[in-house]
Amino acid sequence: MALFQLKINGKNYPVDVDANTPLLWVLRDHLDLVGTKYGCGMAMCGACTVHVNGDAVRSCVLPVSAVSAANITTIEGLSETGTHPVQEAWDEVDVPQCGYCQAGQIMTASALLSKNPNPSDKDIEGAMVGNICRCGTYHRIHDAVKLAATKMKK
Amino acid sequence: MSTNQSRRDFFKTTATAGGGLVLGFSWFSSEAFQPQVVGTAAADAIDFNAYLAISPSGTVTIFSPNPEIGQGIKTAFPMIVAEELDADWEKVKVEQSPLDTKKFERQLTGGSGAIRHSWERLRKAGATARALLIEAAAQQWGVPASECNAQKGMVVHSSGKKIGYGDLAVAASKLPVPKEVKLKPNSSFSLIGSHVKGVDNKDILTGKNLFGIDYKRPGMLHAQVQRPPAFGLKLKSFDATEAKKMPGIVTVVSFGNKVAIVGNTNWEVMQARKAVKIEWEKEKDLESSADHDRLFKEMLNGTNVTVQRKDGDVEAAFKNAHKVIEAEYQCPFLPHSPMEPMNFFAHFKGDSIELAGPSQTPEAAQKQIAKMLNIPPEKVTLELTRMGGGFGRRLNTDYAVEAAELSSIIKAPVKVTWTREDDMTGGIYRPAVRYRFKASIDKAGNMTGFMLHGAGLNAGNSTRQDNFPAGAVDNLLIQSSDYKSPITTGPWRAPITNFLAYAEQAFLDEVAMAADKDPVQFRLELLDKAQKAPVGKITYEINRFREVIKLAAEKSGWGKKKKGVSQGFSVYFSHASYVAQVAEMTMVKGKPVLKKVYAAVDCGIVINESSAKNQIYGAIVDGIGHAMYGNLTFKDGAPQQDNFNKYRLIRYNEVPEIEAHFVNNGIDPTGLGEPALPPTGGALANAIFKTTGKRLYNQPFADQDGPLG
Repeated sequence: MALFQLKINGKNYPVDVDANTPLLWVLRDHLDLVGTKYGCGMAMCGACTVHVNGDAVRSCVLPVSAVSAANITTIEGLSETGTHPVQEAWDEVDVPQCGYCQAGQIMTASALLSKNPNPSDKDIEGAMVGNICRCGTYHRIHDAVKLAATKMKK
Repeated sequence: MSTNQSRRDFFKTTATAGGGLVLGFSWFSSEAFQPQVVGTAAADAIDFNAYLAISPSGTVTIFSPNPEIGQGIKTAFPMIVAEELDADWEKVKVEQSPLDTKKFERQLTGGSGAIRHSWERLRKAGATARALLIEAAAQQWGVPASECNAQKGMVVHSSGKKIGYGDLAVAASKLPVPKEVKLKPNSSFSLIGSHVKGVDNKDILTGKNLFGIDYKRPGMLHAQVQRPPAFGLKLKSFDATEAKKMPGIVTVVSFGNKVAIVGNTNWEVMQARKAVKIEWEKEKDLESSADHDRLFKEMLNGTNVTVQRKDGDVEAAFKNAHKVIEAEYQCPFLPHSPMEPMNFFAHFKGDSIELAGPSQTPEAAQKQIAKMLNIPPEKVTLELTRMGGGFGRRLNTDYAVEAAELSSIIKAPVKVTWTREDDMTGGIYRPAVRYRFKASIDKAGNMTGFMLHGAGLNAGNSTRQDNFPAGAVDNLLIQSSDYKSPITTGPWRAPITNFLAYAEQAFLDEVAMAADKDPVQFRLELLDKAQKAPVGKITYEINRFREVIKLAAEKSGWGKKKKGVSQGFSVYFSHASYVAQVAEMTMVKGKPVLKKVYAAVDCGIVINESSAKNQIYGAIVDGIGHAMYGNLTFKDGAPQQDNFNKYRLIRYNEVPEIEAHFVNNGIDPTGLGEPALPPTGGALANAIFKTTGKRLYNQPFADQDGPLG
C-alpha cells in the first residue's frame, strides 16, 4: 500500500492503495466517483474513459501510481452543472438508451474537441471508434459530436 | 396508517399533509379499470396498485413499475399520462417503483409489451385527473365545467381566466371520480408522437449513481465468484490459504460449484481470486463446437422431431413440384454483452433479505430467493436500479440468486460484480440453431409447399410455426428438434426470431429467385394468397404486413436502378409489430459495403418519436453487428471468447446510414423494443447476395471465406 495525493476535478484526494490499482477502481471503490464505468478491464470498450492532463485515457488499465502528479478529470468534473457543450449536445440529440457507456463516450468526445475544434468525420471516427455502445447509439453520437463542435465555437 | 380507516380519512390526511390529488388506479386489468381518488397512504393499499399524484406545487408524479433498460419506458409512461392530463411536461416526473408483487402484475422488461399492456390505463388515469381538476376549477369559479378547458397544466375558462393544477389539487382530491371519462382522439395528441428527451438524461450525462454496479451501502463488501470454467465441470476442491492472507480480503467461501472471494474492494478481490487454487472435475459432456455440428446433423436427419404445424401434404407438393429449393442456415451461440456486466447487491438479515440491482424480471428473482432461503416472498425486498442494457440476459435470475446465497453464507451486505470475462463465459446465451428449409414451386412460380425443420441446442421450439408464410401456403410442415446441452441458454433480444427471421427471409429470396419473381412482389403475392384463401390459422394482420412492405419499397426506391447500388429486402412480424427493411450495398475496392438501411415500421401509435427512432437505429445496428461478427465458440465445454478483444461488437465506424419511417395508422401501440431487429440480418444477407452473387448461410458473415472475410 502507498499513499497517493490525487488531483481529480480540481480537488485533492489522498488515497492509500496498492500502487498497481487501476485508476478506475480507485475512483469507483475508494472515492465514490462511480460515473466512470467498468466495461472490459482491458481498454477495449472505452466505458472507463477519463481525462489525464487533458488526454482521453482508459482508466481501467492505468495504474494509480502513473497519475499521482496528473490533473485528472472524470465525468463528474467535466462541468460543474452538467452544462459542458458536449453534455448539452448529448442531451439535445437525446443520445442515450441504457446510458451506461455514455460517460466514456462524452469524455472521449470532449477530449477530441478540446484539441480539435473542427473535427472532420474521419477525425470523429478516429476518436470514437474505441468506445463501444452496445445499444447502438452511434448515429446520435456522431450528431452530438457535430452539435457540440458548433456549440463550442460560440 | 392502519387499514381500517375510511376513504374519507385518507382525504383528511391528504389535505392535512398538503398532498394534493392522488389518483389510484389498477394495473391489473383494463376491463375493471376505475380510478379513484385516494390519499398518499392509500396508494399503498392493494386495490390501488399504481398512482398519479399532483402536488400543490403543480408537480405531476407517476409511479411506474416497469424496469428501465434503455428502451425509454421511464419517459414514455409519463408522456401518455401527461397527454391525457394536458400537463405541463416540464412538471411531470416518474418514480421507479421497487418490486411489489401485490401491486403489479407485469413488473418486467421483456417481450416488447409494456406500452401495449399499460396504454389504456395510463390514458384513463390522466383523463380522470384532468376531469377532476376541471370540475374543481369550475366549482371555484362558479361556472359550468363545460365552459372550461385544460392546457399545459392550467384550467382555462372561456372568459380567459386561468388557474394552475397545483392550486386545484387539494380541491380536486375531494371530488367524486367520474365513472366515464372521454379520451382524446388521436388527432388531438400533442405530446404523444413528439420528440421528447429521456427523463434520466441529465443524471446519465453527469455520471450519477443510477446503475446496479454503482449501488453502495455502508459496510457493504465486494465479491467476485469463480464459476466452473467450462460447461460440464463441477467443483472438486479449492485452496484459498494464500488468497485469504492477501490485503483487503475478508473471506473465501464455496457454495454449489462456485468459489466466492469476498473483500473490501473489487481490485483486491480480483488479485486474490488469481491466488485461489481450484480443482474442477467432469460432471457432464464437455462439448466443443465440432460436437455441435455433429449434433445438428443428427437432429436434422433424425426422427426425434416435434411437429409444430402441418397444413396439407408437403411431401406430395415436393413430388409434384416444378422446382424444389433446399437450404440450411445456422447461427452460433451468442452472449448478450450488456455494457454493464451482471451484478447484484444482497443483505441477508436472518429472516429477511434486502436486494438491489438490475433485473428485467425482479418477481422471479424474489420467488427463487425466497424459496432458496426458505423465507416468505414478502420478506424479500428488491430495489430496481436502472439497467446498463440487458438484451434478455437479465430475464435470468442466476446472478441475483447467487448474490443472495453468498450474503446468507457470509451474513453480511455484499455486492457480487461479474468481470467482463465472467459475463461472457458465465452462460445464458442465445441458443445455437440450425434450420433446414425446403420449398416447392409450380410452373407459374407459386410456392406450393414449404417445410422448415428447426434444430436447436437448448432452444426449445426453435420455430414460430404460425408466423408467415404459414397461412399463405397450401402445404406446410413446421417441425423442431432440440438437444439438452450443458451450455445454458436464455432469451436474447427477439428470442428465436433474432435468427429465424434472417434464415427465413434469406430462404424466401432464394425461392423468389427460383420462381423468377421480384422478392417484394413474391412476398406480396403470398400475402394476397393468405388473404383470399387462408390456410389454417393466421396470427398476423395481412394489411399491416402489406403496408410496411409497400412503405419500405417506396421509401427505398425499390426496383428503381441506382448506380452501383444493390438492394436486399426483408420483412418480419415479431411480438406484435411489423417491420420491413431494405439494405443497400455498394462495392468499394472489391468489397461489399453496407451503405444504408431503410426501415418501415408499424408499431401502432408512436409514443416518443425520439426514443422510438433510437430503438430502431439501435436494433438495426444490433442486428448488423451480431450477424456480421457475433460468435461464441466452445472447446471442451469452455467458451473461447471471453472479452471484447476476442468477441467483436460493432463499432462507430461500422454502421450504415439508417432511415426510419413509421406507418401512421392510429392503431394502439404494439411495442418496439425488439421488432426492428429480426429483419436486419435478412436484408443484409439478401443485399450481400445481390452485390456479390454469394448466398451466406451461416452467421457470423465476417468469419466466412468469401466476400466479407
